[in-house]
Amino acid sequence: MARKRMIPAINEALVEEMSRDPKVIVYGEDVELAIMGDTRGLLDKFGRDRIRNTPICEATLTGMAVGAAAAGCRVVVHMMFSNFLYTGFDAIANQMAKLRLMTGGQAVMPITVIASYGGGGSNAAQHSDSGYPALVNLGGVNVVMPATPADAKGLLKTAIRGNNPTFFMEAGGRGGEMGEVPDGDYTVPFGKAATVREGKDVTIIAFGSMLKPAVEAAKKLESSGIEAELIDPRTLVPLDEEALVAAARKTGRVVIVDEARDRCSVASHIAAVLADKAFGSLKAPVKRVTVPNVCMPYAPNAEKRMIPDADRIARVATETARA
Amino acid sequence: MPTTEPTKDQLLALYERMLLIRRMEERLRADAAAGNLPGAVHLYIGQEAIATGVCARLRDTDLITSTHRGHGHFLAKGGDPKAMMAEIWAKRTGICKGMGGSMHVADFSKGILGANGIVGGGFAIATGAALAIKLTHDTRVSVAFFGDGAANQGVFMECLNVSSLWKLPLVFVCEHNQFSEFTPSVDITSGDIADRARAFKIPTTVVDGNDVVAVWQAAGEAIERARSGDGPCFIQAHTYRIQGHLEAEDLFLAGGKYREKQEIDEWRKRDPVERQKQRLLAAGVRPDDLQAMDARIARTVEQAVQFAQESEPADPELAFDLMFVGQKA
Repeated sequence: MARKRMIPAINEALVEEMSRDPKVIVYGEDVELAIMGDTRGLLDKFGRDRIRNTPICEATLTGMAVGAAAAGCRVVVHMMFSNFLYTGFDAIANQMAKLRLMTGGQAVMPITVIASYGGGGSNAAQHSDSGYPALVNLGGVNVVMPATPADAKGLLKTAIRGNNPTFFMEAGGRGGEMGEVPDGDYTVPFGKAATVREGKDVTIIAFGSMLKPAVEAAKKLESSGIEAELIDPRTLVPLDEEALVAAARKTGRVVIVDEARDRCSVASHIAAVLADKAFGSLKAPVKRVTVPNVCMPYAPNAEKRMIPDADRIARVATETARA
Repeated sequence: MPTTEPTKDQLLALYERMLLIRRMEERLRADAAAGNLPGAVHLYIGQEAIATGVCARLRDTDLITSTHRGHGHFLAKGGDPKAMMAEIWAKRTGICKGMGGSMHVADFSKGILGANGIVGGGFAIATGAALAIKLTHDTRVSVAFFGDGAANQGVFMECLNVSSLWKLPLVFVCEHNQFSEFTPSVDITSGDIADRARAFKIPTTVVDGNDVVAVWQAAGEAIERARSGDGPCFIQAHTYRIQGHLEAEDLFLAGGKYREKQEIDEWRKRDPVERQKQRLLAAGVRPDDLQAMDARIARTVEQAVQFAQESEPADPELAFDLMFVGQKA
């Protein structure tokens, strides 16, 4: 084990997978200099046949991944900000997510799409979306949401080695987070939730950028005598429904935290799943702590008002625990 | 480069493949009219020379992307008529197990990365395939078939740019059939589409798309150049869409029309299949031999339809297994 930040952990995963398999290629806008830091140094190690800058043309970047995969490569596409998924969305929604079914299973698409999401940096609405609910709804793509450096590295390796299109959502504001990362080669399986802490009074479900404030909230609750169970699904597609339902049944009180806008968010989907499968065990309404149905404003104070933080999570969790 | 002339055997093979496409499409036209097919069909009648001339120059391992009007490309690249027919009839024996249908026939084992329901959907896929081929120092080529309608999609410009920039082994084949769905392309297109490729310094050839030999010759040179590592080529093949955008379109056009019958009749005189037939007869091929060929193809078509009709319907439950590799939806 060694303490590392999330971006270096992601970088390690890329280096290790590119070294392991010569068919892995990386491309995207500015990946050579790497403004997010995650692809930094790859050019020197692997050269332009393995990693290259592209023009700003997202519609082509996403579509090319499908063709390059069909021709035999394992493709890592870096889309920079997750808002740019929208400009590349045709090939994501109409090709990547559908071709396997539409070709009767002929298309195999080992594609990993990296995109940084979320607000908190005063980048305004066009650079601050958490667009993963739209991806989750497509059907044919996996969506993974690492919250820790260890999970980021392990999930990215699973994504790159896998044979399905996978969206690896980088929590933009969490690049500097420290965490223990196992030594050597390891992977983290998809569809397997992690229990972050155990508790009997209320269950908090949080993932990606929302895990850190949820952990803080759980500590606050502890000081007021409320024991929170905290569970991180880690991947949204596939979703570990079994673990979420079990965690909901354990306390009968559930709060779901999600950095997406509330309407048709992942939180609302999980709430629906729990209403369906854990109804008999619920002692209080399932609550969602999400971004309101507004676009992310620029002003720091306005941003802060919208993004769930430890105080808001703790308040809602306390109400739910005592309801 | 001196222009290569096809041998008599090659001329016959080109004709045979065009005739197969024509007879398959005619049968689909009849079955669409009879209400036997569940979805829309977009027929390739009148454009057979283009897919045939280009694909005759490709290897099995070369990759193509096709369009919603994709039956011709599928058959020209070596796709199985039975598996295609069963797909369009929505049967589990179809090439895509009845999950894709007419607009999505694909056979990856033959390098057919699929017809595509999104106009312009193939550009980036073909470009990505060419990128992978180049990065892995392979000798395959990738071909993007598309229409004049698709040339107005922005992604076309993007792919011209990167393919020229990176010298990708890619051939753009613009089948200029003069219609963007139900609108004459001239009404909604500025300038000459080939000029768009020229602007990116991509070698460009404009050919008579109803002359299979002209297409075959242009494709041979373009594919050779792409394969040799000199970068992409662009072929603009002029043709005419004899059928409607899709079969049974009269039902929802409600009496409206976007072209005159006289125009269609004029283009029928330039029928690419008939032209190739006349060329063969002039070259001394016996009419009886061509008739025997036609009879053989008619049997192939009949067998394909029979296979489709006798096959089991698609299995709806299969959809849950087909969304992902090794992962249930």
